[in-house]
Amino acid sequence: MKKFLCLAAGLLMIASLAACTSKKDELVMATNAEFPPYEFHEGDKIVGIDVEICQAIADELGKELVIEDMAFDSVITSVYTGKADLGAAGLTITEDRLKNINFSDPYATAAQVIIIKEDSDIASPDDLVGKTIGVQLGTTGDIYAEDIEDATLERYNKGFEAVQALLQGKIDAVIIDNEPAKVYVSQNDGLKIVDEAFTYEEYAIAIAKDNTKLLDDVNAAIKKLKDSGKLDEIVAKYISADN
Amino acid sequence: MAFFDGFYLNFIKDNRWKYIVNGLGVTLRVTLFAVLIGIAIGFVIAIIRSTYEKTGKLKILNFLANIYLTVIRGTPVVVQLLIIYFVIFGSVRIDKVFVAIVAFGINSGAYVAEIIRSGIMSIDPGQMEAGRSLGFNYIQTMWHIIIPQAFKNVLPALGNEFIVLLKETSVAGYIALEDLTKGADIIRSQTYSPFIPLLSVAAIYLGIVMLLSFLLKKLERRLRSSER
Repeated sequence: MKKFLCLAAGLLMIASLAACTSKKDELVMATNAEFPPYEFHEGDKIVGIDVEICQAIADELGKELVIEDMAFDSVITSVYTGKADLGAAGLTITEDRLKNINFSDPYATAAQVIIIKEDSDIASPDDLVGKTIGVQLGTTGDIYAEDIEDATLERYNKGFEAVQALLQGKIDAVIIDNEPAKVYVSQNDGLKIVDEAFTYEEYAIAIAKDNTKLLDDVNAAIKKLKDSGKLDEIVAKYISADN
Repeated sequence: MAFFDGFYLNFIKDNRWKYIVNGLGVTLRVTLFAVLIGIAIGFVIAIIRSTYEKTGKLKILNFLANIYLTVIRGTPVVVQLLIIYFVIFGSVRIDKVFVAIVAFGINSGAYVAEIIRSGIMSIDPGQMEAGRSLGFNYIQTMWHIIIPQAFKNVLPALGNEFIVLLKETSVAGYIALEDLTKGADIIRSQTYSPFIPLLSVAAIYLGIVMLLSFLLKKLERRLRSSER
């Protein structure tokens, strides 16, 4: 009897573990909710452009959206290993990433910009040579900053930590996506964005290679959102045209 | 073949192995110096605390030592690390290896202090009385009679603390210090391979810990040889 009970308890535990994987009627979105205005915590919820787009896709597919907040460098790995269905975290399409995962059609254009202190002598991307630059680990800023001559790269786990280090004078500049950059600069005195952008890029949603069905569904949903003007509506809600 | 492709992508291509080797260097440097600081702090605190408990002297120092122990043992090491980097060394450009050594050293000191104190308290009071009656003063008795015996008793616990410390340094990536774990994170962020970088650093940590345990066991055996 005792053995049987042990066995039953063991099976129950395994069953409850298995239940943790994504269910059929759920659409699990992996993101890094420290990236305003694309995704960020507001009250007890995660909101932002990416979240609303994924919500619209989930509605389109008749599924319930589940958001998993994690470190940015884990987002693509989660999609790759099937822990999440979608990766939406202001992900730029790059060749290296395409080797491991698929990308949907792009839904937004963005730029990598340079944040500096107001009294800094950096005026263009060319002035970054030999400087200490802060980035968020695994972002495109990290990838591109590697190619800057003689520059020291400091990879922070979070974008705002890099900005904090810049504010304290620990580093000379931060390379990060333009929309979060605007938010960081507006929230902190003494910072500004260099006029000339570092690079331009496009955001898309990451989907596992073997999940072509979902890729088609997401592309169809994005097209619908674009055609109906809903996409612009969502973007306009978070990004006002004048800043 | 898949394994070799993965190995090539994660370590050979673009010289990615350098992240691991440099990271390992940083991890070992931080651990070694943090251990030294930890022993120094722990030793002093342990002496203060046990002296107070045995003789009632050093009341103020004991009070301060208690605050130190409470604060350090009551807060997570990641938070301490971030506080030291972003608050205490607020607006200075400072070597991050140094920050990590200070943070982990101060943290470890609190645990080492309690370990050494437990060793000192475990020695029979008769040993102190015997030393004093032979003409040693308090400090001499401590140094020649109590501490050597206490050290032997706490060696396993002390070794355990150093192993924990080595593994705790894996959170140094929070202040953008490129230690072993961060090295794997960087490779992971570039190749998106979930397995090879993580399993490799796990194996490296395990290897170091096994070597450390082996050396500690040898030391223990040597110290025990005087017992029979």
